[in-house]
Amino acid sequence: MNTSVIETSSTGTSALEAARLVLARDIRLALRKRGQLVQPLAFFAIVTTLFPLGISPELSRLRDVAPGVLWVAALLSSLLALEFLFRDDAQDGTLEQHVLSGQSLTWLLFAKTVAHWLLTGLPLAVMAPLAGLSLGVPAAALSGIVVSVAIGSVALSLIGSIGAALTLGVKRSGALLSLLTLPLSMPVLIFGARATELAIKGAGFAPPLYLLGALAVLGITLAPLAAAAAVRISLE
Amino acid sequence: MAWTWFHRLGSPPYIYGLAARLTPWFAWLAAVLIIGGLYGGLVLAPPDYQQGDDFRIIYVHAPSAWMSLMVYSTMAISAGVGLIWRIKIAHAVAASCAPIGASFTFAALVTGSLWGERMWGTYWEWDPRLTSELILLFLYLGYMGLRSAMDDMQRADRASAVLAVVGIVNVPIIHYSVLWWNSLHQAPSVMQLAKPTMPPSMLIPLLMMLFGFTVLFVALLLVRLRAEILNRERAASWIREAVTQ
Repeated sequence: MNTSVIETSSTGTSALEAARLVLARDIRLALRKRGQLVQPLAFFAIVTTLFPLGISPELSRLRDVAPGVLWVAALLSSLLALEFLFRDDAQDGTLEQHVLSGQSLTWLLFAKTVAHWLLTGLPLAVMAPLAGLSLGVPAAALSGIVVSVAIGSVALSLIGSIGAALTLGVKRSGALLSLLTLPLSMPVLIFGARATELAIKGAGFAPPLYLLGALAVLGITLAPLAAAAAVRISLE
Repeated sequence: MAWTWFHRLGSPPYIYGLAARLTPWFAWLAAVLIIGGLYGGLVLAPPDYQQGDDFRIIYVHAPSAWMSLMVYSTMAISAGVGLIWRIKIAHAVAASCAPIGASFTFAALVTGSLWGERMWGTYWEWDPRLTSELILLFLYLGYMGLRSAMDDMQRADRASAVLAVVGIVNVPIIHYSVLWWNSLHQAPSVMQLAKPTMPPSMLIPLLMMLFGFTVLFVALLLVRLRAEILNRERAASWIREAVTQ
């Protein structure tokens, strides 16, 4: 499968154009089901509420665990959101049409993952400061949290796309999906929580952010290829 | 032609017979090496000047930890070979590797935690190597979970192969991120003190154990591989002949 930009199918649509169409379609469809979009965000808010209840209401103690709480909640909520990535399209046959379309499946899946990130990862990055404030994070650290969650969730969406593609044909795949995805996501958690921690301390948080960016770039380069292979296998 | 031996490696009946013939050799070699290594390590080697007799758990711990990674690489490489060249036997090898590798990983974790109890005073310390080992165990469990979730053997083979290849790309990333994570959170642990070069009386048994565990893995793999082939080829006519012989 050739993945170059200039490749054209028999219909004359370039791979990039097809990817753009898929991106627009996914966003339009998702915006028509807003309730589904809110669920992972509500889940994120609930999980971050559980920690003060479970640990202590003192903001000084919560501030110490805030990076871990925020990132574990973000990880779980992105895991929950993965269910929406391919499931509906696999059920109504759209994904099969993507495979048969003659377009590069890698590009199409990359577009779907980008749409998924815009609809779940980006809102999460916008929500994270609110959760951070409730955990006693100083206002000066909030921009660092937004940036790190925004970049980290790119990597999470891409890693997750592989797991979601592999479990397409599996019934009740939730537990299996977490078993596949979470171990691979641990570097994102480590660097993301570290960047958040440094931001809260008021230190420079650029180094872990660069590593987070490197993970995202590596994900952009390789994950769509693996996801495309996995979707082909799942739809065989 | 020179390549016929290579093509025969893809044939289940040939591999089934070959595995049966090779198993005793590897099993006996493993037994000799492991018994010799254990005798050398537990009886002949002198006690460590810092850790006393406690260090002797290294003769099980280090080979298990070494095997946990080596089996994962074997699994991922054979899964990749199966995925690319569609060789059924390669998938069977990968499937047979997973439970063995998970067991070695588990053994490394248990012995590491027992050692930690003596050295650090706690059964679990978030030591980077132990943590990476734990994540590796999760990777094995995910691989086996994905396989068992799929009824169709061919799909299970190929889907789990993608996972194994993705996993092997991630293993170094996970390892170094955990190292980096820990170096920022924890002062250097006692483990580094135990690093001075070993005298030969300690090193030779350790090398024997490392080699013995590797050979043991091959023996176990051959046994599992035969079971895997029997299961996969149960509809084939050669199985009846092979089993009733």
